Amino acid sequence: MVTSPRTDDGGIVSKSEPILSVRDLKVWFPVATGILGRGREYVRAVDGVDLDIGVGETLGLVGESGCGKSTLGRAVIRLTETVSGTIHFRGSDITHVGGQQLRRLRREMAMVFQDPYASLNPRQTVGDVIGEPIDIHHLAKGRARQDRIYELLNIVGLSPRHAERYPSEFSGGQRQRIGIARALALEPSLIICDEPVSALDVSIQAQIINLLDKLQHTYKLTYLFIAHDLSVVKHISDRIAVMYLGKIVETADGETLYREAHHPYTASLVSAIPIPDPELERTRERTILKGDIASPINPPSGCRFRTRCPRAQNDCAEIEPTLSPFGPNHWAACIHPL
Amino acid sequence: MAAPLLEVEGLRTTFGSREGTVTAVDGVSFQVEQGETLGIVGESGSGKSVTALSIIGLQRPGRIVGGRVLFKGRDLVKLSRDELREVRGREIAMIFQDPMVSLNPVFSVGWQVAEPLRLHRKLSRRSAFARAIEMLGKVGIPSAARRARDYPYTFSGGMRQRAMIGMGLGNEPQLLIADEPTTALDVTIQAQILDLLKKLSQDFGTATILITHNLGVVAGMCDRVIVMYAGRVVESGPTIDVFKNPKHPYTRGLLGSIPRLDAKRGEPLQAIEGTPPNLARLPAGCAFHPRCPFRVERCSTDTPTLDALGSGRLAACWVTQSGIDLDGN
Repeated sequence: MVTSPRTDDGGIVSKSEPILSVRDLKVWFPVATGILGRGREYVRAVDGVDLDIGVGETLGLVGESGCGKSTLGRAVIRLTETVSGTIHFRGSDITHVGGQQLRRLRREMAMVFQDPYASLNPRQTVGDVIGEPIDIHHLAKGRARQDRIYELLNIVGLSPRHAERYPSEFSGGQRQRIGIARALALEPSLIICDEPVSALDVSIQAQIINLLDKLQHTYKLTYLFIAHDLSVVKHISDRIAVMYLGKIVETADGETLYREAHHPYTASLVSAIPIPDPELERTRERTILKGDIASPINPPSGCRFRTRCPRAQNDCAEIEPTLSPFGPNHWAACIHPL
Repeated sequence: MAAPLLEVEGLRTTFGSREGTVTAVDGVSFQVEQGETLGIVGESGSGKSVTALSIIGLQRPGRIVGGRVLFKGRDLVKLSRDELREVRGREIAMIFQDPMVSLNPVFSVGWQVAEPLRLHRKLSRRSAFARAIEMLGKVGIPSAARRARDYPYTFSGGMRQRAMIGMGLGNEPQLLIADEPTTALDVTIQAQILDLLKKLSQDFGTATILITHNLGVVAGMCDRVIVMYAGRVVESGPTIDVFKNPKHPYTRGLLGSIPRLDAKRGEPLQAIEGTPPNLARLPAGCAFHPRCPFRVERCSTDTPTLDALGSGRLAACWVTQSGIDLDGN
């Protein structure tokens, strides 16, 4: 896969070197089975994923619950162990690095979590929440540390006087701003945003999305933006990868996915998303999928979507489709594409 | 014109809290006509769910301190608990956001779908169960006769919500109240459930109150919409008109806040500044005025009334009531 260059005010981005490159990545979790719990089966949360993210790019990762998108996000910044495959960051293999190397890597990558209530330590002041990564990496002390914390609070639209308060005194949107300030503390180049706005009310959601957009332009950040809401993902992403049951089934830019998806899953996902336009909603064609997502323990043979696919044929059970090109930066894994 | 099925007039529901009495629903009035689908939208704390619960007397620990809820001419606020129980499940059914916690884990799904049929229609166990299987089939549960004997944990989220809908519609109620029925579900499952609700409410002629924070869902489902903010109705009208030309700055802000699938990339969202108010410490005047880009002096002192603007539209805003169009015309 090739990464899409960006030509807006961030300047044209080099096509040659992705900041993050993932090949055939697998993350499986063991589950006990059988009456005595001695059997071993695996939840194949991520089951052979290839991914490139260009410098300064936002790659959106979209899919429904249990598709493996959060596990993939955690795996690429080494928060969860992988079974096989490789992860390269700025050209060097980080799949198995540890110790000092992993510590240095942590300065380059940060994460923003979904639940701003659960991801902040309630006993730390906001200043300490934001200052902790600075302390761990011995970046600043005393006055310089405090100045940096104040600066970060300003950057995310809070004020220095908030530093002495506790997370419980803030609303959901403000807490997400605190989480973002903490993620920015080490001046990372890559930020994994895992459902950063899903827990927020609509009016607050927009504030946080706009903030993330602004920060990306100011600090030339690269985002892996994980969310279940395709409208949000499309708004913020340069390119989108659609995941289903541990695999990426299609990638393209948002407009292409919306107008001409080739994978039947992408197409039904697009058609299932309500658009706040009553006249359009009343005339839109809907593909309503049958049934539920299959089990990631025993995924269907061949194409994993075939059990729900309106276009499934007999050979879909036999051939496991791989991503093939459908246009510039447009890939889909389907043997009977739209 | 026939009398409306439901008329809510000046409903007020309060809760006690550490910060004093909180008015979660503050003088809410609206009507539901026979067979129509009415959307109630708003963000957390807007009072949309408490409004729905108050209609059927499930507002506890809150208290209804004012107003009337006329259902086919009868004031539900005045009914005893036994009389209310007669109305609930028979004439008015409700489905909730989380189908995991609304089904009892120790009874089979069929038994639970049959329960309101036994209680309200006095059907025998056998015929209630047979009707439950029929309902499960109608809501799209495959092999309904076999699945009726299974327990809720064996059902997926979407299947549980289907079962809840089957339970709600078994007695062919005239009004179905659905409180965020698809919020906990994945979007492809949401599409299945909304499609089912639409089809069944047409088949049964049931009127529906659909409570949601999702304006896209309202756009596809509702004939009319009510927008709530801080316990009050700020705008209402036919869905198409409200979306095309909102008459309250909050509605306009909400519509500008949501990323649309059909929008071009690159445009920043028109976010609403600030945060929703604390209900225990509401600002004077219009509760939205501190966040409102259109506010005038009067907004910080006088609470606007919900006034008719013609064509079935109402808005509680001093600015639009003075004839100013929010889009600058």
